[in-house]
Amino acid sequence: MIFLNFFISGISLGSIYAIIALGYTMVYGIAKMLNFAHGDVIMVGAYVCFYAVSRYGMNPFVGVVLAMAVCTSLGIVIERFAYKPLRQAPSLAVLITAIGMSYFLQNTALLLWSSNPKVFPSIIGRGSFKLFEGKLSVSHVTVLTIATCVIIMIVLSLFISKTKLGKAMRACSEDKGAAQLMGINVNATISLTFAIGSGLAAIAGALLCSAYPTLMPTTGSLPGIKAFTAAVFGGIGSIPGAFLGGLMLGVIEIFAKAYISSQLSDAVVFGVLIVVLLVKPSGLLGKQLQEKV
Amino acid sequence: MAEPVLKVDNINVFYGSIHAIKGISFEVYNGEIVTLIGANGAGKSTTLNTISGLLHPSTGSVAFLGESLAKIQPHRIVYKGLAQVPEGRRVFAQMTVQENLEMGAFTQSKQSDIDEDLARVYELFPRLKERMKQTAGTLSGGEQQMLAMGRALMSRPKLLMLDEPSMGLAPILVEQIFDIIADLHKRGATILLVEQNAQMALSIASRGYVMETGKIVTTGTGEELLASEAVRKAYLGG
Repeated sequence: MIFLNFFISGISLGSIYAIIALGYTMVYGIAKMLNFAHGDVIMVGAYVCFYAVSRYGMNPFVGVVLAMAVCTSLGIVIERFAYKPLRQAPSLAVLITAIGMSYFLQNTALLLWSSNPKVFPSIIGRGSFKLFEGKLSVSHVTVLTIATCVIIMIVLSLFISKTKLGKAMRACSEDKGAAQLMGINVNATISLTFAIGSGLAAIAGALLCSAYPTLMPTTGSLPGIKAFTAAVFGGIGSIPGAFLGGLMLGVIEIFAKAYISSQLSDAVVFGVLIVVLLVKPSGLLGKQLQEKV
Repeated sequence: MAEPVLKVDNINVFYGSIHAIKGISFEVYNGEIVTLIGANGAGKSTTLNTISGLLHPSTGSVAFLGESLAKIQPHRIVYKGLAQVPEGRRVFAQMTVQENLEMGAFTQSKQSDIDEDLARVYELFPRLKERMKQTAGTLSGGEQQMLAMGRALMSRPKLLMLDEPSMGLAPILVEQIFDIIADLHKRGATILLVEQNAQMALSIASRGYVMETGKIVTTGTGEELLASEAVRKAYLGG
């Protein structure tokens, strides 16, 4: 029963990683760049949600929608001003810019909201479901997190495979020049990808802070790196890969915490990544090896 | 004569400091197949990429249906009715044949038009119909060329530009592709064809231009150029 409890916690944590990893993997797929500022967009989303709910007393779900709107705009602005001018630049320059953008967001947050940790109000309360005569307790947040992740995954998959815009995204990620010859506006498509990824980051931020309620300007960075790991683990550029990688990483992390050592859990997580990359460099569901960073 | 579909007027194009296109001018009129022939590096593909807006001329102008293309973004040019089948086909390898064709129809908004065009393309290329659910990467080179052409036709172009459609294909397939181009022409398409295979290109072309190191050196009808001693020596192998 304890095992099941850990497993559910792992899936829940993994769902958050999966939602974040989707942002990394979609942006990588289309812009062929690693947006290391993605983790910090999560933090911004969480702060927006925190202020909306705690300070202005908004309904938590309105708070999440507001956070999504802010993060979506932020994603578009970051892409427009930091990354778009570097479209033709070597990938190393883009990577460094992304790291710089990450620090920029963290320090702006430090300036605006100070380094004092805020206690994030859970968006759904702290109750839990009791199962098996109370032997298994699953919090509402956990259920909400897993359900949200599944819904996002289904909606996103349908969008990518069925809609005209989704197909245009896939076309751009394969060959931007040819996509342009079809009449597809490549720049707008890249903006749209950043917008979707950043909107998802806002949801991830609200869920993450509902489960782990300490909010600081650095809150997004470690989950961001882990979600990036999850994306690589599953095969960067692959949407099902991000989903699978996120879930597996969450489960591995919780099991490592429970059965090995809570201090060593991160080492185990990254160790698994190294092993996967040694055995299958393109990741679990990755298509082919890319030569980019 | 009537107004040309495409009018290229004295364009100069640079790649950094390399002067790739040196003041060339030519026209394509409605219903013609016009071919640009020349050796590798003569500037044929550069010319096409300039027309489709991927490159910009430093001087000179490109007009399509009487309208200058200078200020129009490349993806908007497709909406005007200009379609390009790029060199090396560049189909979307991980998308299905059907999805590739749907991408070709990206500029079309009416689903009934798209369905009609899909039926027309499948009639023109029955092989594609057999493989509509396969990913494009699994097709042979000839089938990929057919797909690239079908994809371009899905935008209902007023001018179809083909860049080296014979490249990398077995001789029998080259013949098949040229039969299809001639057939498209018979159905009324206006085509600008860039080819290294001068013999094949000139045999179906209304008119041709011969390019050498960024300039047009000779022009004439397809038959005239096929009969020309200079062209024969330089491009037709004696």
